[in-house]
Amino acid sequence: MSNDSLDPRVNRLKLGDAGEVVKVEEGENWNIYEVFHQEKRGAHHEHVGCVHAPDPQLALVFAKEQFARRKRCVNLWVVKSADILAFDVEDEDMFANNLEKTYRDASGFKVMEKINKFKQSK
Amino acid sequence: MYGGGYIFDEPNRKQLREEEQHDEPEKLAAFEERIAKGEKIEPGDWMPVEYRRQLIRLIEQHAHSEIIGALPEGTWITRAPGFKRKLALIAKVQDEIGHGQLLYNAAETLGKSREAMINDLLSGKSKYSNVFNYPAETWADVAVIGFLIDAAAIVNQVANAKGSYGPYCRALERICYEESFHLKQGHDAFIELATGTPAQKDMLQDALNRWWQPIMHFFGPPDKASSHSEKLMQWKVKMASNDEMRNQFLESYVPKIWELGLTLPDPALRKNPESGRWEYTDPDWDEFFRVINGGGPCNTERLQVRKWAEEQGRWVRKALMRPTEKRAFPVA
Repeated sequence: MSNDSLDPRVNRLKLGDAGEVVKVEEGENWNIYEVFHQEKRGAHHEHVGCVHAPDPQLALVFAKEQFARRKRCVNLWVVKSADILAFDVEDEDMFANNLEKTYRDASGFKVMEKINKFKQSK
Repeated sequence: MYGGGYIFDEPNRKQLREEEQHDEPEKLAAFEERIAKGEKIEPGDWMPVEYRRQLIRLIEQHAHSEIIGALPEGTWITRAPGFKRKLALIAKVQDEIGHGQLLYNAAETLGKSREAMINDLLSGKSKYSNVFNYPAETWADVAVIGFLIDAAAIVNQVANAKGSYGPYCRALERICYEESFHLKQGHDAFIELATGTPAQKDMLQDALNRWWQPIMHFFGPPDKASSHSEKLMQWKVKMASNDEMRNQFLESYVPKIWELGLTLPDPALRKNPESGRWEYTDPDWDEFFRVINGGGPCNTERLQVRKWAEEQGRWVRKALMRPTEKRAFPVA
């Protein structure tokens, strides 16, 4: 490689053309942690993404760099992706009748009709 | 920063096994119906093999572009003119690396590990945006990159953010928000040179002349030469054609360059008042392919620096490793 690179590292380190092929081993980039961001005290922590880290403490450090560079943040949580238990997306139909359960919804009870009917009957 | 409209096919892509080449027709129909309705596809959902493959390729190359794209600008941190410009450039370069991380995570949800992606970058199997194979020779180059390359990337990323794959869209939403600062600080540096001393104006004009062709290359070959993008459009992996995005970029940014009294090195460049579309001389596409395939001025250097960083950081990563822990792909 020519020695007139604009990147000072290339000149300083005399990075050459040839060189062994670098191979990153599987697992070398550690584990994956999901990150939860809290915008203000009293608010829920919300999932914002994930980071690679060797342990929870460093995951917090990386999460701060990655997800709290801007805007308000008062707290972060991290949790290993492998520790998250979720329903299978194919079981989505188990929630299908949620919207039909009027008996557990305020809108499912019409009290005014009954009150008015009672008043008129007097 | 830097998507680029052109998705490079893996040169030595493995032949899919026979059963993987055929998706079950009922599942495929349901999948395409969901996309047509505007629904997002999430990591655990059924998806066609080809959809997964194309998305990994697209998102991975976008991630590599962010990481490699930080190199030409990063070298200017020590030489930035003044404290405010230096602070802004450090912040921008850090953002780009952060964008790379977000995108690697999005690609990982599709089942390719971060290590495999980095290996494919280092071996040259996986590409990154062609513009980063050119050097940033002067401070004016940094202004041109910050303003125009970021602007081009935003056109591309805003389009992709409306795509069908949930994790990619969410990453792009965050990225586009941060890019607005990159574009503004680039425009500001650009204007300062354009309205400065004659020497500053000359330096900017020179940078613009050198960068115009890579910028025209940025969105990829013309539609008439691009194959197999129909399916990608239907699946909302590709949201607009290369020519469409190039035209949108010219429409928004050529007037912003001309209003500062600068010129562009293409006498044919003009907006056709009847069609409302921009006309230009076709850039040299042979040069584009020559540079992609390793023939650009900085290809070797970029990968060398990346390999060096990988090697130098290895002992730290290894010292902290806990290989017995169970690993998993990101959940969303």
